[in-house]
This record gives sequence, C-alpha cells and structure tokens, in this order.
Amino acid sequence: MNQYRDRRYVFAAAIILVGLLFMIRLFHIQVMDNSYEQYALSNAQSVRTIYPARGLIYDRTGKIMVYNKAAYDIMVIPRQLETFDTTELCAILKITRESARERLSSAKSYSYRVPSVFMKQVSYENAALLQEKMFQFPGLYVQTRTLREYTSPIASHALGYVGEVDQDHLDKDPYYQMGDYIGVSGVEKAYEEYLRGQKGKDIFLKDVHNQAIESYEEGKLDVSVEVGKNLTTTLDMELQAYGEELMSHYVGSVVALEPKSGEVLALVSAPSYSPDLLVGRSLGVEFGKLATDTLNPLFNRALMAQYPPGSTFKTIMGLIGLQEKVITKKTEHHCYYGFYVGNIHTACHLHETPLNLIEAIQNSCNTYFINVLKSILQDVKFASAAEAYDNWRQHLLSMGFAQSLGIELTNELNGNIPTSDYFNRIYGENHWNYLTIRSLAIGQGELLATPLQMANMAATIANRGYYITPHLISEIEGEESIDEAYAKKHYTSIDTSCYGPIVDGMDLVINGGAGSTARNAKIEGITVCGKTGTAENPHGNDHSIFIAFAPKINPKIAIAVYVENQGFGTTYAAPIASLMIEKYLTGEVKRTWYENWVKQLIQPVAPARKKDSIVNDTLQNN
Amino acid sequence: MVQRNRIVANLDWVTILLWLLMISFGWMNIYSANIMEAHGGIFDFSQRFGKQLIWIGASLLLAMLMLVLDAKFYIYFSYLLYIVLLGVLLGVLVFGKEINGARSWFIIGGFQLQPSEFAKPITALALANLLTSHNYNIRRFWHLIKAFAIIAAPPMLILLQPDLGSVLVYSAFLLVLFREGFSSNIMMMLAALGLLFFTTLLLEKALLLLILFSITLILSMIIARSFKKGAVNAAIVAALFGILFGVNYLLQTEFSLFVLGLAALTPVAVIITINGFRLREYVQMKILAGLLISILFIISVDFAMNNVLKPHQQHRIYVTLGIEDDPQGVGYNVNQSKIAIGSGGFSGKGYLNGTQTKLHFVPEQSTDFIFCTVGEEWGFLGTSFVILLYVGFLLRIIVLAERQRSSFSRIFGYGFISIILIHFIVNVGMTIGLLPVIGIPLPFFSYGGSSLWTFTMFLFIFLRLDASRLELLR
Repeated sequence: MNQYRDRRYVFAAAIILVGLLFMIRLFHIQVMDNSYEQYALSNAQSVRTIYPARGLIYDRTGKIMVYNKAAYDIMVIPRQLETFDTTELCAILKITRESARERLSSAKSYSYRVPSVFMKQVSYENAALLQEKMFQFPGLYVQTRTLREYTSPIASHALGYVGEVDQDHLDKDPYYQMGDYIGVSGVEKAYEEYLRGQKGKDIFLKDVHNQAIESYEEGKLDVSVEVGKNLTTTLDMELQAYGEELMSHYVGSVVALEPKSGEVLALVSAPSYSPDLLVGRSLGVEFGKLATDTLNPLFNRALMAQYPPGSTFKTIMGLIGLQEKVITKKTEHHCYYGFYVGNIHTACHLHETPLNLIEAIQNSCNTYFINVLKSILQDVKFASAAEAYDNWRQHLLSMGFAQSLGIELTNELNGNIPTSDYFNRIYGENHWNYLTIRSLAIGQGELLATPLQMANMAATIANRGYYITPHLISEIEGEESIDEAYAKKHYTSIDTSCYGPIVDGMDLVINGGAGSTARNAKIEGITVCGKTGTAENPHGNDHSIFIAFAPKINPKIAIAVYVENQGFGTTYAAPIASLMIEKYLTGEVKRTWYENWVKQLIQPVAPARKKDSIVNDTLQNN
Repeated sequence: MVQRNRIVANLDWVTILLWLLMISFGWMNIYSANIMEAHGGIFDFSQRFGKQLIWIGASLLLAMLMLVLDAKFYIYFSYLLYIVLLGVLLGVLVFGKEINGARSWFIIGGFQLQPSEFAKPITALALANLLTSHNYNIRRFWHLIKAFAIIAAPPMLILLQPDLGSVLVYSAFLLVLFREGFSSNIMMMLAALGLLFFTTLLLEKALLLLILFSITLILSMIIARSFKKGAVNAAIVAALFGILFGVNYLLQTEFSLFVLGLAALTPVAVIITINGFRLREYVQMKILAGLLISILFIISVDFAMNNVLKPHQQHRIYVTLGIEDDPQGVGYNVNQSKIAIGSGGFSGKGYLNGTQTKLHFVPEQSTDFIFCTVGEEWGFLGTSFVILLYVGFLLRIIVLAERQRSSFSRIFGYGFISIILIHFIVNVGMTIGLLPVIGIPLPFFSYGGSSLWTFTMFLFIFLRLDASRLELLR
C-alpha cells in the first residue's frame, strides 16, 4: 500500500487548510468585526415572547361560553438587576419589602438568566404605571398574558381548566416554557393544540434605559404570533345551565345527546363548581379546596362514575332476546310477586299477569326478563351457557358497553360487563347458569356503565340501531371538519326491526296509563320514550336512574339521568329527564310546580296528593 | 513487568500531553459555562462540571485499560467486537430510552450511555482488519463493496434511531479508504455528489439547474478554447426558456421553472450529442453526460425527499440543515453563538467572565456549543490555541500512523484521524456559522461521558498499537 504513501500529504494539507480557514474566519468575527461586541456589550438583545390569545369557545347556538381577559405578569431577569428604589416598586405593586425580597430570591434560585415571574397578574393600572417607570427598574419587565373568563359559571367538567404547564410537559414539548399556560383538563386539554395558537417571538435591541429601541436584524428572526383557533362546542348553554340547576341539590349526573349526530347537548356532573374558580392566581387555593371536598366536585361523574344500569337494562335484554329469536314481542310470562325457582327468589311488584314483552317493559317486570335471560342462555344454537353468554356480551360490546366510547375527554372510564371466564373462575366451568347470574337480567350484579354510556344507549335505541361516538366539539376554526371518528355510524349487532317493540314499550312506560312506571315524565304534546331504573348501592340508599329520548319519531334528544342515593328512578331521575327534554324541545318549562318539586322547594307529599299517582309509582318501580 | 515497562517507554507521550491539555481545557470551559452563583464547589456532582470530572476520571482508567490489553487482542477480536456492536445497536432500538425523539440511549444506574458513540472505534478496527486481510485489493469492486458494507452498517442502524449527525460522521471513513488507495477520481465524484445532495436540499431546483448549466458552459468553453460556440448555445437556451416561460404564463399551465429549464436545455443537448458523434468531440459529450447525471441525481434526491421519507423525517433533515425553523429556532442559536464568539475580541473577556455563553439562548452551551465559551472568554487567542492544538494533534497522529510497519495499525490510526477531523470541522464550522447546525460534539472538549470515553478509547487503542509497532507486522 505504500505506493499511496504520498497521500498523507493530502491529509496534512487538508488539516492545515481547515485550521487556517477557521482562524481567518475567527480573526474576522473576533478581531475585525466589532458589531458582535456591541451586541453583547450593551447586553443588547432581548427576546420578548408574545402570547397569543387562546381560542374562544362557543356553544351550539353561537353564544360565547369562554373568552379571555388580559393579565399582566411582572417578570424578572435577576442577572440584569441593578440597584433600584425598592420602596417605589413596592408602592406601585402594593407589596411589602420582605415579600419583594422573597420573590427576588426565589427567582434567583430558579435561574439568573431565564426570566421568571416576579408577580403574577397585577392589575392593568399597576402594570401601566410600572411600564412608564420601567427605566428605573432594569431587569424587570411586564409580560402580557391572557386568562380565561366565562360568561356563565357552568360546564366546568366539560370545558376543563387552564393552568401553568408542569415539568412533565416542559420536558416533552419544547414549545412550552416555565410559566406558560396549558389546558389541564376537559376540552381545554383535548384541543390544546388548536386553542393555544402559536407564541410569537420578537427579538430586539435595548438601550441602557432598559427600553426597546429597534428590532434585531430587521425582524428577520422574529416569529409571528398566531391567535388560537376558536371552537364551537356541541353543548347547549341553556340546557346545560338548566341541568346544573336541577341537579344542584343532588349528587349524580345528567348526559344529554343529539341521537343522530352523537353531539353532547349537556354534560352535568353534580356537585359541580364554577369554572371561574380555577383561573389564574386563585387556582392553587381553590383547587385545594375542591380536591378535599368530601363530595368530590372535581370528579367528573358523567364519564367516571360507574353504576349498575338497573332496570333500564331491560330494554337491552329485550333487544338481544328479539335478535336471537328466542322471544317475540308476543312472548308472555307469568309473574306473581316475583320469580321463584326452588328456594331462589327475586321479588317483583304487583302488576297484571301474564305480560308480553312490551307490557313487561312498561311495568318493568323482573320475572319476565329473568325468563328472557333464561331463553338466551339456554338457546340451542349454542353448545353451552358460557357460549351463549359470550354471544350476549358481544351484542353489548357492539352497543358501546365495557369500553371507553372515545369522547374527547381523556378521563373516560370503561364500565364493566363480566366475561364468561369471570363466572367460570368464580363458579367453575359449566357450574353456572341463568339462575346464578339472574341479577344481570335486571341490570344489577356485576354490570357497570357510566352515565355517558347510558345516554349513548338511549341514543342508540332512539336511532333504532346505531350510535355516533359522543363528542363535545362540532367545529374548529380553520379546519374543514372535525375528526372523522365523530362522524362514523357504529351499527349495533341488533337489527333495526328489533327496536320497534322496545321503543313501543318505552313509550308506554310514560304514556301507558295504569301500570306505567314513569307517568310523571309525561309532557303534553311530546311523545317521550323512557325507562326507569334503580341501581342497588351497597354503600347506602339506591341510585335513581332514568333514560329517555324524545320525540318518539325522529328523536332530537336522548338523555340519561343518575341521581345518587335517591331511591326509585321515578322519584327524581324521571322528572329531571322530563324537564330537561321539555326545556330543550320547547325552549321553556311550563311545569313550574314540578320544577320546584325537583329543586325540593316543596315537599313530595304535596304534588303526590294533587297527582295521586306519584306515591304509587315509586312503589311500583323496581 | 518488563513488557509493561516497554509499553511505557514506547508510548508517544507528546500525544498524551496534547490529549491531557485538551480535556483539561475542555473541563475548564464546561465549568465556566455551567457555573452558577450558588453551587457546592467543583465536586458538586449535580452540576455538569462535577459529572464531567467523573467522566474524566473514568476515562483515565479506560485509557490504562486499553494500554494493559495486548496489542494483538485488538486485531484478533476486531470482527467479534464488531458483531457484538451491531447486536447492541439493534438492542438499543428495542430496549433503549428515548431522549429528544431519538431512541439511542441506554440508562444504567442513573447514567446515560449512547452505544452509537462506541461504534466508531470498533468500526475502525473491523475496517482495518478487512483492509489487511489476505489478498485484499481495494481496487477490486467486490472488495470495495465489503469495505463500504462495514462502514455503512452501523450508521444504517443508527439512522433508524434517527441521528443524522452520526451518519455524517461515518462518511469520514471514506478518507481512510482514500489513504489506502481508493481511486481519487471516484473520491472526487463522491464528494461532488455529496455537495450536490446538500445543495439540492438547500437551493431552489431551478437555481441549481442554472448554476450547473453555467458550470457546464464555462467548462466546455475552456476545453473548446472557443467563446463563440458556447455563447450561441447559451443564447439558444435562454431564448427557448423565454418563449416557454411566456407560453406557460399565457396558457396558465403551471409548469415549474425547473421543468421549463429542462425543456429549454433539451434541443441544445440533442444537437451537441449529434455533433459530438459526427465530429468525435468526446470531451464535450463527457461534460454533457456529467450535467445529465447531475440532473438525474437532483430529480431522484428530490423525489426521495418528498415521496419516500415521511414528513417528520423530512422535517428533521430540513431542521438539521437549517432550512426549516424548529420551535427553538436554529437560525437564532447560530446567531447567538456567533455573537458570543465575536464578542470575545482579541483576548477575550477573561475566564469565568463571559456573559453571552451563559445565556440560555445557546441551548447546548456545554455540549455542542462549548467552542462559544472558549471564544467569548479567551478571545481570538483562545480559539487559535484550540485550533492549533487540534491541527498539531492531528498532524502528530499522522506522523505516528505513517511510522507503523503494520498496515492494521496505520489504517486504524487513519480511522481515528478521519473521525476526529470530521467532528472538528463540523462542530467548529457550525459554531462560527460556516456550516449548518448538526449536533455533534467537539472531541475531548464537549460535555458528555459517551463521547469522551469513545474518543479516549479510540486514541489509546491506537497508542497501544503504536507502542507495539516494532512487533506488529501485519
């Protein structure tokens, strides 16, 4: 290889050449060109971050829900501080000297070079005054930011709140800097990238008086600010406010959907809190208060509370029975105060007998649906009860149970439909049958569903066989459409023809006269279809449940109401649903006495006498 | 003992002295870049300068370990090490931890290790082994391909991670092949294609075409020793382009300037080809062929960038080249870096007195941008010192490499030279605004254990081979 020995000179020459080139360049920028020195000497460049206004949020009717107000943060760069008149600064900002000293030392302990917040959200007057005298306080400057403001103290669980960015996000996303705001929950979090816009950056030169004099390199390196995108939510502000008002005495949840689009009309979780509380300076303190509240107002019950569906589940049992052709709408079963096999007993209330499917839904007969479960699990199509059970469970999965539906909010829970393996583990393979798990037939036992899933079930029945994933945002400014996942129809594994009898039964629940379990939910001129339910609660009084949709033909609203610890579905959940439907469909509520009753302004006895039926209803419903 | 003493006696202490100078001066600057008003002294291991002390201590141990091993060990185990290395690189893809979007780190006991760093010396060993294997001839096609494969395999795996800087570094191994007799014509062609690759990404295609056309024209004029013919050709092309441009505008058929330019060139190219055959002007045809190959290359690079790579990969490459802005603003960093160095003046602001480099505007001030601290605090004197230190160090290694009787040792030495050289060029070039920002460290100076250990091991393996230069003959 030594014939190429001379190539070492190429290497040597290249190395020397590179060294020479670098030294010439360095000589030029370090010794010849003085402009760099001046930039640095006068401590010249400053980067001013311009925070964009966050996108606004409108309700479905175009009314504004969330907007911004300006806030002024006093920022400090400790390294640039020089001695100044602390007294005057303290006077302007109305703080003590000790407080000022503390703030400075905490800023220093964070960084000498990176700006930190000296004082958050001072008033416009103070900020303006300070701005005028800024030349006296080198190292301090005023940073304009925006804070959230709400037109009405509602929908805090759906909207979420905005807070200071945490370390986790700072590490992950270089967009954020210490002290920036970020959507922490709700829509604010889910649509953060649209709402936040794009921060701008102005790079400019400062004179010795700490005032900006010119932009650096004619603004070539500036980044222009982009305002956040506005969003339109699917919420109806009036309905949402009304729902929160009705629920203000209770713990529970109301979810209303528009069946044909999956749009969430109202998402109530009670107790709630005003979104104003979690804004700006008060956030820390108020959040602490809310977090320690025993009723847990921060907990979004609409998506995270998992209750048994109770008797509302009988509608689904009927649907699956019809689909599997193990019953018809004419199938009848006898019931005398309950279901008896050997020493096994599940109680039922007094009603006519025998009942067919439609009447069984109307009367909410336990015996009937335990028999439906029996027919489903003993179906000869399947080799074993477990196999039939799995098929039954598959139908439920197609309706969105036991999975998060995929609403934009990230904290949605799954609910639960046990698998056949679960029962195999408990009872042993082939050692369980419809009797063992009969409580599932009436929506009790291991079944769990969130209020959102229940509302989705009501919407599915209203649509006669499909649902669209519930969602909270219908329009994003500048985007042609929202995520296509929110337009897709999810067809259930149950034929549309099966829904007819169930809908008829739900019609009779309210409009059927004697034997109907929720006559009190009736609205003049509107055919409301619904189903009551009561969820057994091992921790206290039972939960009151109601699902409904209206009108019967071409439904405009589907709703699920859970009222914790208030007993039968008829008592409170049905009236609340009924009032919500009336409010949404007619725009006003005429039954004010009823409203007052729900709000517990009058005792339940009074309307019971007047309308005579309510006491009976509460007894009749399971 | 006798043998070990001989190693000590045969070691090149000049190189070791230069090495010690570099790491100590490097540490002083890391200390300055990270010093805060309140910290627990130089042994504050929560600070970077404290951690770097640990790295330096460990690298001294590593250096000794490299010297204790027998020189033949490196030769006999080079392939095995290389295969293990490829396995580890695959492993990091699966089990590694992701930092800044690149899955290239192992976390061991709180420390981060980047295996792609260690790949450099091992690749050099494997390459040296291949080039010195029996009957190897670099001028044979398949032999050359083998060498390329050894060089290319680690960066291919690293590219999946994705770390473009490392890939660029590996291309420096081509310099080793050059020293060992790789055709200088092909070398120049590769260099030209590399240049064309970057200019394709950096410039408008139409502008690039214009530049290439001008170069071709001038070349052909020089060779033909005639101005007239070239001028006529240029005029024809310009006129055609004008007409096409006008038609394109009138008909509003939105052909790009690049396409119009190609169309305008075609008739002249055809005429030259026909004349070339007729008059046997093969030189002119060669020039034309060069132009055609370049154009094809541009089109394929452009196609690959836009259609083969995914958007985030494109973005990464564009950001690396400083074409697209990223949220932190690459252009802004380079400016800050230049200001920091420029403000140092002739003799600097004095040690620990720098202001600009401590700003968080230059984000990688103790890793990739450590040269800024030198420039600001030590001035032109300091930067010249560092550059002379590097030039001296590299020239010394050349002398050492050339005095080997063993080809293996020499090739390994040139591997070391090439890798250090590319780091030096790219890193310093980037901080003084001559080259785009590609995040690779300045050897022996930048903060970071993986890179310091790698370069130390690299150097001391070579010094160990050098110490046995009288025994090693292969």
